[in-house]
Amino acid sequence: MNPQLLELICFYAFAAVAVVSALMVITLRNSVHAVLSLVLTFFSVASIWLLAQAEFLALALIVVYVGAVMVLFLFVVMMLDINQEKVREGFIRYLPVGIVVAAVMLLEMLALIGLRAMHVAVMGPNPATEAGMSNIAWLGQALYTRYLLPFEVAALILTVGLVAAVVLTLRHKAIARHQNPSEQVRVRDRDRVRIVKMDAERPQEDQA
Amino acid sequence: MITLAHFIILGAVLFCIAVAGVFINRKNVIVLLMSIELMLLAVNINFVAFSRFGGDVAGQIFVFFILTVAAAETAIGLAILTLLFRNRGTINIADIDSMKG
Repeated sequence: MNPQLLELICFYAFAAVAVVSALMVITLRNSVHAVLSLVLTFFSVASIWLLAQAEFLALALIVVYVGAVMVLFLFVVMMLDINQEKVREGFIRYLPVGIVVAAVMLLEMLALIGLRAMHVAVMGPNPATEAGMSNIAWLGQALYTRYLLPFEVAALILTVGLVAAVVLTLRHKAIARHQNPSEQVRVRDRDRVRIVKMDAERPQEDQA
Repeated sequence: MITLAHFIILGAVLFCIAVAGVFINRKNVIVLLMSIELMLLAVNINFVAFSRFGGDVAGQIFVFFILTVAAAETAIGLAILTLLFRNRGTINIADIDSMKG
């Protein structure tokens, strides 16, 4: 079979799975099932990125999103006790306007792209291979030279996100014991040690 | 053979599904957050496609940063959601109206 045709068939298969699972994300009644559908969407899109020979990003999508973010979502959904019926009310009421807005947006975008463009801009040779390296090396060489400052800023953003998430959900319990560093620094020896002077005494004789 | 338009149209379709999700799931914050993730994914598809067809590494670098920011955003969003649920006992958006916006 023609490899290009095979590629096209794979693309359509993955794209169909991605679109169907994305529709399931927004329509399923059960939030846990919706999260699992979103995992399927990410997986299909990662496969499509593999078809576009963006190997590093495809794997990063699976590792970072499916492995970390979606598990976090699943954890929160299962931890919160959500009233399904209450959350679902208004679904039918907003359904027509949602469909209309999405359809109009899609039509506008398709008009902008132009269906004729399906036949132009055929995928050329892989730029990474042309430069004589793998996709990861290609990305890494740009990331650690021209984009070094944004890379460091990204690390800073992740740290800020971590600290913010911890501080937001931190609960001060009455039982919990905390250190107060400023008091620890300001302490003097007289606060801790009390010298008591007492006269030496003989123990009382037993009277009986 | 796969053309640039295939990728862009897939991105457009996913983005519109996510917008519809924001509209029809007004009451459920979790599905709203998931719709935002879907939108970011749709945008990332376009970036990867343009990077591949244009032969420029900047598009893929940008996807990398979008993934980073989206991960931080999700962590903070879910933390706020947990906090809301703990204080109010609900994540129904209709009940969270103390700012009268």
